[in-house]
Amino acid sequence: MERAGTHGEMTLTGEKRDWTHSLQDMRQQAAIAAKVFIQRDYTNGTVCQFQTKFPSELETRIDKQQFEETVRTLNNLYAEAEKLGGSSYLEGCLACLTAYTIFLCMETHYEKVLKKIAKFIQEQNDKIYAPRGLLLTDPIERGLRVVEVTIFEDRSLGR
Amino acid sequence: MKHCEYQQIDPQALSTPTPTLPPQHAVVQEEKKGETARRKWEVFPGKNRFYCDGRIIVAQQSGVLPLTLGLILVTTVLFFVFDCPFLLKHLTVFIPAIGGVLFVFVVISLLQTSFTDPGILPRATPDEAADIEKQIDNSGSSTYRPPPRTKEVMINQQVVKLKYCFTCKMFRPPRTSHCSLCDNCVERFDHHCPWVGNCVGKRNYRFFYTFIVSLSFLTVFIFGCVATHLALRAQGGRGLMFALQESPASAVELVICFFSVWSILGLSGFHTYLVASNLTTNEDIKGSWSGKSGTEDTGNPYSYNNIITNCCSVLCGPMPPSLIDRRGFMPVEESSQTVATEVELAAKNEINVCTQGTKDLLESASRSPCPQAGKPQTVSTSCPDSIDPADPAVTFNPDVTSDPVAVPSLKCGGRHHSHTTSPPDEPRQLHHHHNRHHKTRSARSSSKRAALHISNPAYNVSLSPPTSPGLGPSHGTGAEEHVRDSFATLH
Repeated sequence: MERAGTHGEMTLTGEKRDWTHSLQDMRQQAAIAAKVFIQRDYTNGTVCQFQTKFPSELETRIDKQQFEETVRTLNNLYAEAEKLGGSSYLEGCLACLTAYTIFLCMETHYEKVLKKIAKFIQEQNDKIYAPRGLLLTDPIERGLRVVEVTIFEDRSLGR
Repeated sequence: MKHCEYQQIDPQALSTPTPTLPPQHAVVQEEKKGETARRKWEVFPGKNRFYCDGRIIVAQQSGVLPLTLGLILVTTVLFFVFDCPFLLKHLTVFIPAIGGVLFVFVVISLLQTSFTDPGILPRATPDEAADIEKQIDNSGSSTYRPPPRTKEVMINQQVVKLKYCFTCKMFRPPRTSHCSLCDNCVERFDHHCPWVGNCVGKRNYRFFYTFIVSLSFLTVFIFGCVATHLALRAQGGRGLMFALQESPASAVELVICFFSVWSILGLSGFHTYLVASNLTTNEDIKGSWSGKSGTEDTGNPYSYNNIITNCCSVLCGPMPPSLIDRRGFMPVEESSQTVATEVELAAKNEINVCTQGTKDLLESASRSPCPQAGKPQTVSTSCPDSIDPADPAVTFNPDVTSDPVAVPSLKCGGRHHSHTTSPPDEPRQLHHHHNRHHKTRSARSSSKRAALHISNPAYNVSLSPPTSPGLGPSHGTGAEEHVRDSFATLH
C-alpha cells in the first residue's frame, strides 16, 4: 500500500506498517461487535489452563483448528511457566537461602515465560487474528482469568 | 483502502493526537503534557494501601504489625546488648553470629510477607461480568437472581464447587477466597494475619512460612541463650536472684520468649502440616476435604500425595507474578477506545461538535454548548447550569476537547476519580498525588458530574451496563457511585 508524497518511501516496510496500521485502525475506528471470553479450565487443578472449546461466535471468522492451536500453545506456555522441575526447585531453594531477596534483583522463570507469551500473542494477533477482524487480549491483563477475544465489525475490513 | 479510511477519519477521530503511536507512547505523551497518567494502584478498588508509588502494598489496617516488629526488635536488641557480651566471653563467637543471621531472616521475611501482594485477583471488567451474567441467565431458567451462584467443575476427578463473588463479579477460581478485611479475592487464600498486617495467599505464603519458622528458631535460640547466661551467672552458689539483678534485661527477654515460644512453635508445626498436605488454613478450618460432607471420596484434589512434592510445590515452586499490576499505567487510551468504539461514528461527530462548543463556552462563557447525542435533557440542562467558569475544578481542560471520552474514564477511575479532573489545576493535582484519600470528592462531585456530562453525553448512553439500572445524571451521589463502580470493575 503506497501513499503519495512524503510517504512514497514506504514500500518495503509498507507491509509491516500495514499490519500495525490495521491493528490501530481496528482499535480506533472499528466498532466492537462482540467480545468472547475463553474461561479457565480447572480439570487439572489450579494450574493456568484455558478451555480449548471453540466458541460459536467465532465460527464465521476463524478456522476452528487454528483457534484451538493458539489456545493449546498458550496452555503449553503457561504449563512451562508453572512447571515443577529441577530448575524451578533450584530457583526456589536459592531464593529461600537468600531470604527471598533475589526476587528483588532477578527476573523469575515465570516472568520470562510471561514475556514469551506476550510476544506470542502479539505475533498471533498480527498474523492471524487481525486480518480476520479479531483481537486477542493477553490473559495477564485480565488477571489470568480469561482470554478475551474482541470481535470487530466487518465494515472496516475486506475492501 | 484502509489507509484512505484511516486518513478520512483521522481529523475527526477522537482518539489521541498521535494515533500512529502505540498506546504506551500516547500515555507518555500525556505525561509530558503535564497531566500525569495515573498508575493502576491509585485507582485500585480494594481496601489496600500503597507506598513507594505502588511498590509496597499493605492491608487497610496495619493490625499489630508494629507490635510484632517492636517485640522482635526489642527482644533481639536486648539480647545483643546484654547477653551477647557475656556469652561471647564465656562461650563462643557463634552465638551472636547465629543470632544475627536469624534476626535478619526474621525481619526480611516479615517485611516481605507484609508488603507483598498475596495473590490478589483483579476484579472482572464490565464486559466479563456481563458475559458471565448472560451465561448464568442462559443456564438458569428463572428471571430473578437465585442465590447462591455456584458452578461445579471437575478437578482431578473430583467435584469442586466454585462460588460466585458478588463484589468481584466473577466465579472464584478454586482455592480462592474473598477477604472481607481487604475487600479482595485472594488466590490460594490461607488467612488474614493481623500480626503481619496482610492476607496470606499464594504469593506470600512462602515468606510467611519462612517468617514463622525462623521466628520460632530465633525465639528458641534467644530463650536458650538467655537461660544459659543466667545459669552461668548463677553458678558458684550465687543464686538466680543474683543473676537476675546483674542482668535485668534478661528477665524481660525470658518472659517475652517464654510466652511467645509456645504459640509460635505451635503455629510452625501447624503450618508444616498444612504444607506437607498441600492444604490452606481456610480449607482446614472449613473441613473442605476431611470427608465431613459425607461423600467417601473427598480427598484433597490438589495434593500430590507425596509429602516432599507437596512441600516443594508450595515452598519452592515458581513464583507467580502479581496480577494487579500496581505500577502499570491506567489504560487511558484503551478505556477511551472501548467507550468510543461502542458509539457510532455519527455520535462521535456530534460529540466533537459538543466538545467544541464546550471549549468555546468555557473560553468565552457565552456560547451555548451542545447538541444532543445521548440524553439531551441532561446535556442541555447541565451544560450551562452546572458549569461555573469561575470554578477551578471545571476550568478549561484542553484534554477534554482533544480526548473527551478519555476524561470521564480518568475521572471515574475507582475511588479517586475526583483527583483526575482538569490538568490545569496543578496545585490540587499535586496534592492529590500524595494523598490517596478522596477528601475533596464531595466538593468536586458536582463539577465532575457536570464535566462528565458535557464532555461525553454518549458516554452516558454506553455506560449503562445490562446489569445495572440506567444512569441518572441528575441523581446526585447515585450516579457517582454507579460510575465509580462501573470503573472499579475495570480493574
